[in-house]
Amino acid sequence: MSTLLEVSGVSVSFDGFKAINNLSFAIGQAELRAIIGPNGAGKTTFMDIITGKTRPDSGTVLWGEKSRSLLKMTEAQIARAGVGRKFQKPTVFEDQTVQENLLMALENDRNPFAVLFWRPGQTDFERVEEIATEIGLVDALKRKSGELSHGQKQWLEIGMLLAQEPRLLLVDEPAAGMTPAEREHTTRLLVEAAKTRAVVVVEHDMEFIRRLDCRVTVLHEGSVLAEGSLDHVTANKEVIDVYLGR
Amino acid sequence: MLKRVIFGLIAALAFAMPMFAQDAAGPMQGILQQHAKIIVKSSRKTIAPAIDAVAGSGLPQAQSVLEAWQAKDMWQRESDGLFFKAEKIDSKTYRLIDFDSGDAVAEADKRDLKQIKPNSGIRALIGTALVKFQLNDPDPARRADALASLERDADKTLLEPLRASIASEKDPELQARKRRLERLLTISYDPEEAARIAAIEEMSSDLGVDVRAALNPLVATTLKIFPGDPPDGLNVVRILRPGKDDFSRDSAYTLLSDAGLAPERITSDAIRTALAENIEDGRVAGVPVHQLSDPAKRVEAYTALAAEGRAAPYLTEAEIDEALSTHSFAEIYAEPSPAVTNAAVAALGRIATRVGMNQTLDLVLDALSLASIYFLAAIGLAITFGVMGVINMAHGEFIMMGAYTGYVVQQMIPNHTVSIIVAIPLAFAVTFGAGVALERLVIRWLYNRPLETLLATFGISIALQQLAKNIFGTQARPLTSPDWLGGAWVLNDVVSISYIRIAIFGLALLFLMLFLFIMKRTRLGLETRAVTQNPGMAGAMGINPGRVNMLTFGLGSGIAGIAGVAIGLFAKVTSELGQDYIVQSFMTVVVGGVGNIWGTLLGAGLIGSLQKGIEWLNPSNTLAAQTYMIIFIIIFIQFRPRGIIALKGRAAGD
Amino acid sequence: MRKSFLAQNPSVLIFLGILGMFTLAVTVASEGLGLGLISTSFVKTLGKTLVLALIAVAMDLVWGYAGILSLGHFAFFGLGGYMIGMWLMYERTRQIVVDSMANAPIPPTDQEIVDAIGTQIFGVVGSSEFPAIWTFADSLIIQLVLIVAIPGVLALVFGWLAFRSRVTGVYLSILTQAMTLALSLYLFQNDSGLRGNNGLSGLQNIPHLDHVPQSVLSVWFLWASALALALGYLFSAWIVSGKFGSVIRGIRDNEARVRFLGYSVEGYKLLLFTTTAMMSGIAGALYYPQAGIVNPAEIAPIASIYLAVWVAIGGRGRLYGAVIGAIFVSLVSTWFTGGQAPDVNLGFYTISWVDWWTILLGLSFVAVTLFAPKGMGGLFDLWAGRRAPERHGADLGPDQGALREKEANE
Repeated sequence: MSTLLEVSGVSVSFDGFKAINNLSFAIGQAELRAIIGPNGAGKTTFMDIITGKTRPDSGTVLWGEKSRSLLKMTEAQIARAGVGRKFQKPTVFEDQTVQENLLMALENDRNPFAVLFWRPGQTDFERVEEIATEIGLVDALKRKSGELSHGQKQWLEIGMLLAQEPRLLLVDEPAAGMTPAEREHTTRLLVEAAKTRAVVVVEHDMEFIRRLDCRVTVLHEGSVLAEGSLDHVTANKEVIDVYLGR
Repeated sequence: MLKRVIFGLIAALAFAMPMFAQDAAGPMQGILQQHAKIIVKSSRKTIAPAIDAVAGSGLPQAQSVLEAWQAKDMWQRESDGLFFKAEKIDSKTYRLIDFDSGDAVAEADKRDLKQIKPNSGIRALIGTALVKFQLNDPDPARRADALASLERDADKTLLEPLRASIASEKDPELQARKRRLERLLTISYDPEEAARIAAIEEMSSDLGVDVRAALNPLVATTLKIFPGDPPDGLNVVRILRPGKDDFSRDSAYTLLSDAGLAPERITSDAIRTALAENIEDGRVAGVPVHQLSDPAKRVEAYTALAAEGRAAPYLTEAEIDEALSTHSFAEIYAEPSPAVTNAAVAALGRIATRVGMNQTLDLVLDALSLASIYFLAAIGLAITFGVMGVINMAHGEFIMMGAYTGYVVQQMIPNHTVSIIVAIPLAFAVTFGAGVALERLVIRWLYNRPLETLLATFGISIALQQLAKNIFGTQARPLTSPDWLGGAWVLNDVVSISYIRIAIFGLALLFLMLFLFIMKRTRLGLETRAVTQNPGMAGAMGINPGRVNMLTFGLGSGIAGIAGVAIGLFAKVTSELGQDYIVQSFMTVVVGGVGNIWGTLLGAGLIGSLQKGIEWLNPSNTLAAQTYMIIFIIIFIQFRPRGIIALKGRAAGD
Repeated sequence: MRKSFLAQNPSVLIFLGILGMFTLAVTVASEGLGLGLISTSFVKTLGKTLVLALIAVAMDLVWGYAGILSLGHFAFFGLGGYMIGMWLMYERTRQIVVDSMANAPIPPTDQEIVDAIGTQIFGVVGSSEFPAIWTFADSLIIQLVLIVAIPGVLALVFGWLAFRSRVTGVYLSILTQAMTLALSLYLFQNDSGLRGNNGLSGLQNIPHLDHVPQSVLSVWFLWASALALALGYLFSAWIVSGKFGSVIRGIRDNEARVRFLGYSVEGYKLLLFTTTAMMSGIAGALYYPQAGIVNPAEIAPIASIYLAVWVAIGGRGRLYGAVIGAIFVSLVSTWFTGGQAPDVNLGFYTISWVDWWTILLGLSFVAVTLFAPKGMGGLFDLWAGRRAPERHGADLGPDQGALREKEANE
């Protein structure tokens, strides 16, 4: 299994506080990975670095077969290269319909002039419907996304991610605020997605992670504490210390 | 006075009988009689010998004669032609006083007398002659007056009397002034070259404008034309070659023709006039008129006219070159001595260097004072915008309100010092109230909607400006500063700064400290920072966010009011006063870095010195200076989008 | 495609219909071509108002749709006016000069004509030389290109600088305001080459059209303004109807999210900013020949603020809102400041609207921001809501919409 993303020796500090400390991490082409860690472990900052929102002080982030560095690219370029991100708080464009949201996310030329003259064709509507079915919003296509429930917004955001056809999906706490049934649905979506692409899930909820049934990376104070199956890491002494307090 | 009256009475008794003036004539009367003709004629051109004779007589009464003459108090008795000083007794009768004895000798009817009325030119000449007496006058005030008149307008004849008066001068201050003036006059008028050079060198470290005024005529040059090479014995600066040395062929030839040394060049206007005068049957010298819109055709027609002798010959370039090559052009010093001009050039160079250094210092002071004005205008914003994050476009109008408050107070309290002391707290109170009202009525509903806050406060700003116009009219209202703030602190002739600017600088420093004290040391500051960072959490800890926001906003607005009083003291108070500062104020806060008072300070410093720097590069145009400054700021923000002092990391937000 | 675009946007058709009828009605009632019910100066006012509606549409695109509160669009408007004004003034002066020189015994050379024009135009600022920026003033074609090119290039350079460094929100507004201030201060100088605070004048006299009376010209300009507004409105509606519209509204609501979708936000903003600047330039080029004079005071930041006021009062985020706002406020403003509104006598004080109108405007602006953020366009929602209350069977709930949430996060 070849590597899709390789992060090595990355550090970043804010006003002297080291948020990420010499962190190294790698993920394959089609792999599901969960990242856990206590508050302030650097999970969000880690995602910020991959998506180009935060520039690290040192280290490298290499991407794809050609091992391109992501550090010199803008957020939009990184997204176009195939990194999709779902935020902790559902962020969809509430003033626009579900269909518009999905059309916007659909993989197409992102150049402003191309977009200006682009009008959706039959295949585009079919693709949108397909995704909407997958995330269970096919009946809500014409509704404004601001009217959706919290869970539906989360799914819409995942749907937008899927529409983007990314090669790496970064998902921040997808299950927060969901009912058990909704969680089930979300799990299925993520496991399904991971069959064809790499998926990184950041989550607090151990039960959710157990259901994902994947390798787990534990972050603590900005670096990797342990890595392996969930059972493996939960048996690790240090991890227990960190979670339960010393 | 009494003495004089008694004297007069005695004199009147003694000379009750008319006397033959000739017999009793004293030495001064003699001199006056000798020059009686020109004195009576009173012409500036011919009067000199008379004045010189009186002044040079060496008689002690010369000064009083000259003074009387200058004051038009000298009269001639028509019966015998004698000159007297006359005092008016009543409208018809004058008392005559003899110049030599100083005694009243007679009373005379006005009809028998003729007043000598020297014109202003003569009076000036008399004044010059008087100076040398006045320089030695026992009264120091009169000596100072004489010295001042000398400093204004000197003359070479006065150099000797001035030198002579130095040694006997008792007052050290006057003596120093006399010495300095003596040096300057030496530079200009001393016959000895060595003495002049010594004086030049002595004064070359002096920054006074008068020194430069004395030196500049020495290095003044004129451009002269000579057939062939310039003759020897002239103090030549440089030989100019037409077409080189910034000396164009055109201007060289114009000089030649102006001096009558060459025929005038035919201008295109002259061609047109000549052509127009010679139109025959729609043709000029064979060229059809309609073709004459082509310049080449015009020259052709004109040349043809000239060949026929109907116009001055058209000068070809070769002829111009010929005329130029037979003459030489040189800049010549008016001052013949090269040693003196060299010394003067060197001295002026040294002075220029020192003036340059002092101008830099002056510029720094200017920049500092402008920076403190910007800081003062921006410090209120540093609180409302910087700390609270509320964008208040009416901030400029709060400054204006402060200034108008000062104006109104001054209308009621005439004493400027008291009125300023009253105006400052009152301006704070007025704008504090306005700020609180604005916060409660408008801004409170728009927290977290910055663009709408911006627009709503724009609305307020428009309304307040118009309101001020309706109340106070459109013309500028003066806000006069107290007298003790009126002057300027003068370091030398180059560097000076007005007290009011120093006061504003002090006020800016005071506000900086006040700000730091309130934000770091008081409960309000702590609560403000808490509410700004996390209103929910602050609320949970028992802080009333509404109250804190209201007070903080009021504080920022109140400071704007005080700034308005300060700004009003040196700028005219108009309804647009705030507009002139609002963009710069926002720039100051943004450039410095939002939320950091030191940043605001640096921002004000940067913007102030930048503006002064640009003004110095292009002194004629303050509008351009502002334009370039704003462009610079736009570019600056490219490189430091979050200002000079930026918050980093997650705290900076997105 | 075009058909379906109009079918999807019935409001565009309605708008064009109303605009057409309005133009026709004014033409019929005009002095120049019709019954003479409307004075020429009022036709001009109406023409100008239509052009102001056009720039308001442009402003709505950048502000209402993309969330960039630009306080610089009136600068682009003024620049457009200056560009056309240069040709108008040059050509008109050239005509006069040539006519007066035609009587001279000797026909003038080209240089003499140019010099005479220079003296005529720049005499007021004590100069007679043509500055470099007047190089193309003799060519109508080039000046017409410059009407869009100059504002476009300025917007491109400024926008590139500003968006590249991710200046957003109020900071961007202040920056655009500073740009406008810098431009107007620059133009106020006598040696700016554009006649300082005198500006360019006599623009209502169109060269080569001396035989056409102003009453007819004013109607022609009304038509041109209406056409420009119609085209601008269509163009804007077309822009915002597609995915481009989705993206820019996305940028307004959550810029970062759009970026993570792979769109280069800067490129979109820049394209929109530049395009609307060009639209403003065209509007300005139509406005000032009707106004007759363009000077730096027109460019001052306050003008751009008024523009924002119109759009806000009309209702931002909908094109017809911008049009309504611009037309309503500028006409009412003309009415009040023209001294037509009756003074109100309170017994102790007489309110003269010439003095008090600005205050009323400022305060009503505050009121709109506070109580009716959707502006007058919001009335259409009420009307539409009453007509079709059962739409999609659910409430819209847009008041807690993303627009505010985004601002809350700032």
